[in-house]
Amino acid sequence: MSALTKAREPFRFSTRLHLSELTGLRAASLGELCRLIKEVPGSCIYHHTHRFLQQHQFFSPEPPNDFAYWVTGALGENELGERLASIDTMQFSRIHDLREAIAAAIEDYLRGNPSSGIKTARPGEDFYFIKSVSFVMPTRYVACDLGDFIEILRKITIDSIYFHIFEARLRLERKTNDFSNWIEDSLGDKELAGELAALDPYTRTLEDLRQAIILMAEKRIFSP
Amino acid sequence: MIKIEDYIPIVGQSIIDDLKLIAERLRGKIIQHINSTAVGGGVAEILNRMVPLLQQLGVETRWDVIKGGAQFFEVTKKFHNALHGGPVELTKRDFEIFLETGQYNVEDLDTRGDIVFVHDPQPILLVKKKKENKWIWRCHVDVSEPNEEVWNFLVEYIIRYDSAVFSAPDFSRKLPIRQFLIAPSIDPLGDKNKELPQETIDSVFEKYQIPKNKPIITQISRFDRLKDPVGVLEAYREVRKYIDCHLVLAGGGASDDPEGAAVYAEVKEKAKGDKNVHILLLPQNDIEINALQRGSTVIVQKSLREGFGLTVAEGLWKAKPVVASNVGGIPLQIKHKYSGLLCHSVQGAAFAIKQLLNSPAYAKKLGENGREHIRNNFLITRHLRDYMLLFLSTYHKEDLVYL
Repeated sequence: MSALTKAREPFRFSTRLHLSELTGLRAASLGELCRLIKEVPGSCIYHHTHRFLQQHQFFSPEPPNDFAYWVTGALGENELGERLASIDTMQFSRIHDLREAIAAAIEDYLRGNPSSGIKTARPGEDFYFIKSVSFVMPTRYVACDLGDFIEILRKITIDSIYFHIFEARLRLERKTNDFSNWIEDSLGDKELAGELAALDPYTRTLEDLRQAIILMAEKRIFSP
Repeated sequence: MIKIEDYIPIVGQSIIDDLKLIAERLRGKIIQHINSTAVGGGVAEILNRMVPLLQQLGVETRWDVIKGGAQFFEVTKKFHNALHGGPVELTKRDFEIFLETGQYNVEDLDTRGDIVFVHDPQPILLVKKKKENKWIWRCHVDVSEPNEEVWNFLVEYIIRYDSAVFSAPDFSRKLPIRQFLIAPSIDPLGDKNKELPQETIDSVFEKYQIPKNKPIITQISRFDRLKDPVGVLEAYREVRKYIDCHLVLAGGGASDDPEGAAVYAEVKEKAKGDKNVHILLLPQNDIEINALQRGSTVIVQKSLREGFGLTVAEGLWKAKPVVASNVGGIPLQIKHKYSGLLCHSVQGAAFAIKQLLNSPAYAKKLGENGREHIRNNFLITRHLRDYMLLFLSTYHKEDLVYL
């Protein structure tokens, strides 16, 4: 595959910016947390499993979802915290399924550890449910080949990368990320598309992710 | 005048490009900010920076200040303390004064913005003028455990707004209107946070006769009981048993805070006789505050309650190790042992300060992590973005908005 191959359709970069909306819902115990996880809007589950990616762009001191962070820090349930942190978000292409997996992990843990069900967080340390309101806008960046794609990737915001990798796949329920879709459909490069689709973006910071995608695409240009 | 492009070296070109993209969507709308003071305090400070930047981005923005006499501001100070959950005695007359001044402003102030953005409780009554335009109430106060009498009084007005905005998740309450979470911010190019030459820093320390031969612990805050200056003094005394150091307690006043002078006098009295304690009642001088923070070894913010605690972000932006209470918006700024140290008591604060003074490499790492966390989340560019999205949200009810 040549780097100069012109895409059948250019790739138009969009960006996605989010506003956090408070729901007024809070949980003080595992039971309440589980009940609310089943009831809250999908945009809440999305917020609490993706917020950390944007707030800690260079190094993440937190486990990869708020539920894991809270059960560990506020309730001292380290084992459940580890179970929740290690839920493989990549396996899910629908928020509904991710929600089910999180709730099932808590219910399963409570069955094995009934005494954990009566623990409550200290005053002021409840879990507050927040949802993401997303605004999606086209940017002025358009890639016509892999060279353009790399150049633009170097300068767009992490919000744009975030939109095409995370939001497109899980929240908008597309089968893979937008970059892989375009590389396969418009550049005809199934191999690179597959490599990008196989990246686990949840175990990297967004800056690391940007670098990893650039490296893969560069490798394609210089060692086709 | 600072230009929006001046932020590019700090946050990158693409962040500024995004701001321009959002601003285009607000063309033709008039945004009207309303608060109670043009100078002093965090709200005025943010608006002084933000309004010109919004205008540069092409968003037509105006800023109005309500009128109120000394009696009104004494009542609103009581309200402020009551919302923070402090012990306050309120009389029937206090509520009458609030309503009278509120009504005067309802009649006096023109609220013709397409989006009227009201800050804090003082101007809250203005919502009586709501027509077809959009109204947002911005709460800068920690209302996690408010005095119910005051909250119930205010909530009658809050629910007439289209949306409310809070600084931390635990400030939100069950309300029948939309509520958003928006943290405040600092301006890295403002006098309080811009880079300073070493000579400027040294000259400020000389001016206030603070020797730089020992570690310096500093709390910058208004003289307000909720900032617990006495607690800081007690923590310093614990530290001083083991480490020779100086304490700086410095802050100004705001025109809507009549209690400051009394607290200042009380702290001064308690520190009498200790030459290593420097209590400075500063006029509004951001360069001096900046210099004091930059010349300090450890920054402290031992508040009992906090709307947000922007002095924490200021200290972290200067890559200083910060010890701060786990209240209000502070835990959003500090992840314990990663970007600073959180405390819950005088003893906890003293222990954390000692740890940082005895482990300079650890202190340096916390400060560096803190600076990056502030760059990503608490600079004015992020705040501009959130406010513009908030304005847009008043025209869209859905969770996913294609613009």
